[in-house]
Amino acid sequence: MSIVSVTKDFDSLSLILVAGFDAPIERVWQLWADPRQLERWWGPPTHPATVETHELTAGGEVTYVMTGPGGEESRGWWRVTSVDPPRSLAFTDGFASQDGTPNPAMPATAVQMRLTEYGSGTRMELRFVFESSEHMEQLERWGAFEVFPRSVGQMDALLAAVGKPDG
Amino acid sequence: MAAGEVTGEEVDRLFHALADVTRRDILHRCVQGESSVSRLADVYPMSFAAVQKHVAVLERAGLVTKKRHGREQLVRTDPDAVARARRVLDELETAWRGRVDRMADLLAHVPLAETNKPPAGHGR
Repeated sequence: MSIVSVTKDFDSLSLILVAGFDAPIERVWQLWADPRQLERWWGPPTHPATVETHELTAGGEVTYVMTGPGGEESRGWWRVTSVDPPRSLAFTDGFASQDGTPNPAMPATAVQMRLTEYGSGTRMELRFVFESSEHMEQLERWGAFEVFPRSVGQMDALLAAVGKPDG
Repeated sequence: MAAGEVTGEEVDRLFHALADVTRRDILHRCVQGESSVSRLADVYPMSFAAVQKHVAVLERAGLVTKKRHGREQLVRTDPDAVARARRVLDELETAWRGRVDRMADLLAHVPLAETNKPPAGHGR
């Protein structure tokens, strides 16, 4: 019921997911802004997350560890690129090495989250774009970035030409 | 974050390979049938060596296969690899559908008042 639409844009190798919640915007914002709430939805039930650092400021970092059923740990991080409570949040979500430092050998995802009031509820729009390690190196060099790569592809025609698995 | 059957390194190679306009064009041209590297080199305003380099990046990512035919190198797009790029987006979608479901559960079960409490671990 929560998901309103999912748009996979192979042209920019991006994914746009829109959800509607029957809750005020401030309440939905808290799911992201309160680390104790964030860890209750970030990891799947088999891999609960513990948020260790949570700095929701431009240039700030969020770090987390997810623990699997056998006790195995996987670490991840966000680099916050912009934040405007309670309306928007943008960050790069990536993998970390065991010591918690960003692992540039693994791909990262740029995430843009936007909340808008919709009747008595809230509409949440999430946009994802894959980042190559090249982009991540640029990210390190610039400290932050504001414009997500948009020029990544003409995948639709290609996918149409080779046939889509779901018809 | 888990990429399932496709490892992070593979994803990285895949998306690095796709992040260039010439390489995407080579993929398009080699979907319908094989093309030789020298024929591709005629199409783009760049050297044979530069085109060969692009083909090598695509080959490393598994997006094309290359085989020798006499003096020519024939390039063909691998449809499975293109489908893998699609699967990575599918996996991202699945992961976030789960997250949105859990968000909705939290909103239904944790009242607003509780969220105003200072988060644990924030001592003075």
